[in-house]
Amino acid sequence: MKILKYLACLYLLFNINSLSYAKNPSDLINNIVDEAALILSSEDPVESKIIKLNAIAERSVDIDGIGMYTLGKFRKSISDEQKSKYKKLFRSYFLKSFSSRLVDYTNPRINVVSQKKINDKYTIVNSVLEATSKRPQVKIDWRIYTKNPDRPLIRDLIVEGLSLARTQKEEFNSIIQNNDGDINALFKTLEEFLIK
Amino acid sequence: MKKLASLIIILTLTILSNYSIAGDDGNIKLNERKNGYVEVKDCFEKVNRGIFGFNQVLDKIIFKPLAKGYRMFPQPIRSGTSNVLNNLSNVVTIPNNILQGQIKDAGINSARLVINSTVGIAGIFDVASYYGLKKRDKEDYGQTFGVWGAGPGCYFVLPVLGPTTVRDSIGSVANVIGGDAWYNVTVANDTRYFSEADYWASRLGAGIDFRAKNLESFESLEKNSVDLYASVRSLYLQDRYRKINNIDESTETLSDDDWEELEN
Repeated sequence: MKILKYLACLYLLFNINSLSYAKNPSDLINNIVDEAALILSSEDPVESKIIKLNAIAERSVDIDGIGMYTLGKFRKSISDEQKSKYKKLFRSYFLKSFSSRLVDYTNPRINVVSQKKINDKYTIVNSVLEATSKRPQVKIDWRIYTKNPDRPLIRDLIVEGLSLARTQKEEFNSIIQNNDGDINALFKTLEEFLIK
Repeated sequence: MKKLASLIIILTLTILSNYSIAGDDGNIKLNERKNGYVEVKDCFEKVNRGIFGFNQVLDKIIFKPLAKGYRMFPQPIRSGTSNVLNNLSNVVTIPNNILQGQIKDAGINSARLVINSTVGIAGIFDVASYYGLKKRDKEDYGQTFGVWGAGPGCYFVLPVLGPTTVRDSIGSVANVIGGDAWYNVTVANDTRYFSEADYWASRLGAGIDFRAKNLESFESLEKNSVDLYASVRSLYLQDRYRKINNIDESTETLSDDDWEELEN
């Protein structure tokens, strides 16, 4: 019995390691997709699914990098204090919208098709979300940041050629611009979203 | 009348083309090239947001319920409807393939139109794909004008029809002055076989089919967006950029410049 438990622990450890340290961008996506599919198809309550999905995002997405990117030109004009407030708000916003987008799917089937290295910093992983009776097949490309080759991180999702990071950036910039360049308007909007 | 409309289109396109080259006249920035993208000015944002809100209400009370109802039909019926509408769209795609110099695509789309309209029973069955003639991307006059070098002009929102640019709406006008064979045989000319209602039914059907395929995506966007108007504008402009440049791979759509700034 003890041996069985030991082996089970060993298996678990091995799997956690393989999930945490996927060095190849395609492996990273395959691991995430498999792990997310397991969570989404489980009988766990929604809250538990959200916690687990968020853990995947924290581990494999460059949330701070995306946050800074989405600030666009305003990144350069805000104070360090505002930057740190923004980072916290963006992280919460990202995780909330990430899990709420995913949690409605019961068993998404995503297959990695290929990958293309753009340069030392970026690789694009091409995948396909299989068609269901409700919707057609969807092409999803993942922009992977590979500056640290030992820890590749996701920086963007490109769905049918449309970049989610770019859309987010233009959304945030629109809010700031429509409030005379006041970053506090974005903070307020994000806070309202979080308590919704 | 048609000649006058054509003249107006040519003149406007010439002006748009100049804007896309000049970009900035000193005070008013219309179209500005940055990181490969043409940044499009939202000239009447307040009005556009109002129309967008109106369209949202219209969507909630008409299009979304219709799309949900359409979803209840069995899959073969929805596929068949979608195939018929796709087949019909070839009558606009083929001339635009030619105008854009895509002669091979024009040939394939013509063969698809003939095979699917006959063997495929008015396009219900995509028999052409079975014979190896795979579906190509749709093309329209707005895309053709873009390929010819016309800039997009201002972004704006039309009631019911939704987001567009000056160039794309001129492209739509080209359909009704002879560029769309389906429009010509239904609305523009009296024929024994088709009526005006057929044209509007096909347009409505295409809208509902599109909405039904994207029910979940739209809901997710609405739920998670902090400025839905800006999100839709961004998605529309990205999509048009990709279509005009006939880009298939993400490596071509995305410039690294924006990301590179993070490193500095």
